[in-house]
Amino acid sequence: MRTAFINKLFELADQDQRIWLVCGDLGYSVLDVFADKFTSRYLNAGVAEQNMTGIAAGLALSGKTVFTYSIANFPIMRCLEQIRNDVCYHNLNVKIVAVGGGLAYGSHGYTHHGVEDLAVMSAMPNLTIAAPADPIEARAITSIFVATPGPGYLRLGKAGEPVLHAADTKVELGKAIQVTDGSDLTVISIGDMLGTVLKAGEELRRRRIHTRILSMPFLVPLDTVAILNAAEQTGAILTVEEHGPGGLGTAVAETVAIRGRAVAFRPLRLARSPIKVSGSQQELRAAQGLSVEGIIGAAEILCRSPRPAVIR
Amino acid sequence: MEARMRTTSDKLEYIANRLRGRAVRMVHRSRASHLGSCLSIADILACLYWNILRIDPERPDWPERDRFILSKGHAAAIVYAALAERGFFPVKELLTYCESGSRLTGHITRGVPGVELSSGSLGHGLPVGSGIALAAKREELPFRTIVLCSDGELDEGSNWEAILFAPQHKLDNLVLVVDYNKIQSFGRVKEVLDLEPLADKFRAFRWAVREVDGHNMQQLVDTFAAVPFEPGRPNPNVVIANTIKGKGVSFMEDQLAWHYKTPSAEQVEAAMHELGVDL
Repeated sequence: MRTAFINKLFELADQDQRIWLVCGDLGYSVLDVFADKFTSRYLNAGVAEQNMTGIAAGLALSGKTVFTYSIANFPIMRCLEQIRNDVCYHNLNVKIVAVGGGLAYGSHGYTHHGVEDLAVMSAMPNLTIAAPADPIEARAITSIFVATPGPGYLRLGKAGEPVLHAADTKVELGKAIQVTDGSDLTVISIGDMLGTVLKAGEELRRRRIHTRILSMPFLVPLDTVAILNAAEQTGAILTVEEHGPGGLGTAVAETVAIRGRAVAFRPLRLARSPIKVSGSQQELRAAQGLSVEGIIGAAEILCRSPRPAVIR
Repeated sequence: MEARMRTTSDKLEYIANRLRGRAVRMVHRSRASHLGSCLSIADILACLYWNILRIDPERPDWPERDRFILSKGHAAAIVYAALAERGFFPVKELLTYCESGSRLTGHITRGVPGVELSSGSLGHGLPVGSGIALAAKREELPFRTIVLCSDGELDEGSNWEAILFAPQHKLDNLVLVVDYNKIQSFGRVKEVLDLEPLADKFRAFRWAVREVDGHNMQQLVDTFAAVPFEPGRPNPNVVIANTIKGKGVSFMEDQLAWHYKTPSAEQVEAAMHELGVDL
C-alpha cells in the first residue's frame, strides 16, 4: 500500500510542482525514488515531528501541497498541536501520511500501534481522513488529496496488501464503495480489514446470511447516505476496524442515532486497553475478534437479535 | 546621514509610544490582559513595521513581502495596533479588540489583514517561519521571515527543534527576535527555567547572534538593517533583545502582575501622561 502511495505521489509530483514530501527520518528504501528525482521538493526534517509539521505548515503557507510522512503514531501524536493550530486551523494543504496504521507493527509493541489515530484525528477541524483498503484505494485517495484543498490524514497499511477491488473501481471523496450487496446485514469496514471481511462474507453467504459489504475509505467526510441506506434496507450494521473506540463504529452509531434510525448494531474493534504482548498483525487482530471467525460470529449474533422497530 | 537617522529614531520612538498607548486603551476597554508583554515589544515593532519590513498595506498578500510572525500570540493587541497605524485596517476597529464578534481576538489571528499566522500556544512561530524561509530559500525568493518570540517560550522543545533545523538548511533569510524581558508567566526566567547562557546556546547551534537593548531605537535600526549578520556564512540570525516587561509605564515596568492585570481608568490616564501621547 505504501508502494502504491509513493508511486502515485511520484507520478503526481511530476505534473504538479507544488507537491513536496517531508519525512521525519523514516521511509528507508521507500522514499528514495521521490528524493532522488525531486531533490528540491523533498526534505528529511529529522527526528523532530513538531518542527516537521510546523515546517510543512510554513511551506503550505507558501503555496505548496505538502505530504508529511512517518510511521504509525509518529506523524500525529507528538505534533498534534501543530496539526490542530498550524495546519487544521489555518486550513492548509498539508497531508499527513502514517504508514503502518493499526497493528501493522504488531510485534514492535504498543508504542508502535496506531490504534487511536482515527479517534484523535476525527476531532480536528477541516481535516479529511482516509484509510484505504487496498492499493487501488490508496492510489485514488492520494490523487483526491492533491485535488482537494485543505488538510488531510492518510492512514496506510505497510506493504504487500493484496488488491481487492477491480481496477476500474470508482473511488470518490466521502463515498463508500459497495463491494457486495445483500439484504440481511451490512458490514462496513475501514482500511485493510476489508480482505478479512470479504472472506467472512463468502462464508456467511454459504450460511444463507446475505451481506452487503461497504468499504469506507473516508472517515471524514463520512458517507452518511450509504450508512442510512444500509440501516433502512438491511436493518443490521456491523462495523469492522483495526482501531479502538472513537473510530468508524462511533461515527456510524452517531449517524444512525442522529437520524432516528433504529438498527441492530455492533462495532467490532479493538479494546481500549493497550496490547502488551508481541504478535503478528493477524494474531493480534484475531485475539480481539478481528478475524474471519470473529466477523462471522458477530454477524450471526446480529442477525439473530430482534430487529428494532423503525422510528418514524 | 547621522541627522536623518537620528530624526528617524526620534520618530520611531514616538510611534512606539503611540502603539503602547493604543494597547493600554485596548486592554483597558476590553478588560483583557498581557499588557506587560505588549509594552516590551513596542520599540521592536515600531522599528520593524516603520523601518525594516518590506510590506504594502494595500496588498497584504503581496508575494514578495517580508513575513512577520508573532509567535508570542498573547501580545496581539500591540501588533493589531501597529497594523492599524500602518494602514492595514482602520484604527477605529482597534476599539473592538476582544469584543463579542470581533475578528481581533485576544491571541493573534490570521484573517486580520497583515497577520501571517494565528498563534497563542507557544513554540509554533519559529517552525512555521522556518518552513516559509525554506520555501523562499529553495526558490531563491528575496523576502525575509522575521519571527518574534518570548523568552519563556524558549522553554518549548519545538523551538529547539527549529533552532537545530534552520542552520542545517542555511536559512540566512530567517530572523528570530527574542523578547528577553526576563519574566515569564509565573516568575523570573532565571528562577523558572534559566536560559543562560542564551547567546552562547544560539552560537553553539550555529546561529549568527546579536544582543541589543530592545528599547534603544538606534541599535534596533542598525541591527535589523545588518541582516544577514554574517554574509558569506549562511547562518540564521537571532536578535536577543534585552527588554523590560511593561516598558514605558513606570508602575508596570518589570512587574509580573502586569502579565495579568487590567489597568483602571486612572491608570490609563497616568500611562498616557507618561507616554506623552494623546489618543
